[in-house]
Amino acid sequence: MPARGRPLSPHVGIYRWQIGNTLSILHRFTGAALALGLLALSYWFVSLAGGPGSYAAAARLLASPVGLAVLLGWTFSFLYHLLNGVRHLFWDAGRGFERTPRHVSGWFAVLGAIVLTICVAAWIWSRL
Amino acid sequence: MSLRSPLSRVLGLGAAKDGTAHWWAQRVTAIALVPLTLWFVFSLLTLPDFDYETVRTWLSVPITGFLSVLLVGVMSYHSYLGTIVIVEDYVHSSGMKVLTLMSLRFAYVLAGGAAMFAIFRVVFGFSRL
Repeated sequence: MPARGRPLSPHVGIYRWQIGNTLSILHRFTGAALALGLLALSYWFVSLAGGPGSYAAAARLLASPVGLAVLLGWTFSFLYHLLNGVRHLFWDAGRGFERTPRHVSGWFAVLGAIVLTICVAAWIWSRL
Repeated sequence: MSLRSPLSRVLGLGAAKDGTAHWWAQRVTAIALVPLTLWFVFSLLTLPDFDYETVRTWLSVPITGFLSVLLVGVMSYHSYLGTIVIVEDYVHSSGMKVLTLMSLRFAYVLAGGAAMFAIFRVVFGFSRL
């Protein structure tokens, strides 16, 4: 951190909010959420190895209203991070940088993740 | 005339010291995770039930156990690579940064290792003393 109040180059505050930066922030945010999901996945595997008692405790926790809401959040996070991650891989290959494909693929990632999250939730709901 | 040593020039890493290794590993693990995560989600969602016996039987099938271990390993590494960038971006004091990065590394090895060990226990069975 600068000890003196030197002038800074233009930062977040002066740019117009748009889909590009929003999706970029969402990618990092969902990635961080999924890091916590990895801890939950790890706990779930450990509870399974621990026997019926510890597995039932983990299942109760995950099937509670709060647990289900968090699982829904992780489902969206995973699907969005997956779709937007593929978008990043196309960029890494040098494709899809033009304005239109960039915006179309961005909307595809967000809407695709929302639709697929609803599909997964409906699939689980239909089998409860 | 360049003052860089021949070794430094051939490695071509500059002041950042690690070149594209981090970026490349992030991409390789990302590509590996596409089939691994999709397999895991489909495989789990098509189970008839999520009760203990069903899930235990599912995980003790060798191919399920094997792919789950790969999933946990690759996912832990990918997640680790991603979170350290977040820490590097937002934690500025160098002492705090080193401490956070070290704690993260320990946490990932601990959580990933515990999950893998748990999968091995389910696949190979275990004896109680």
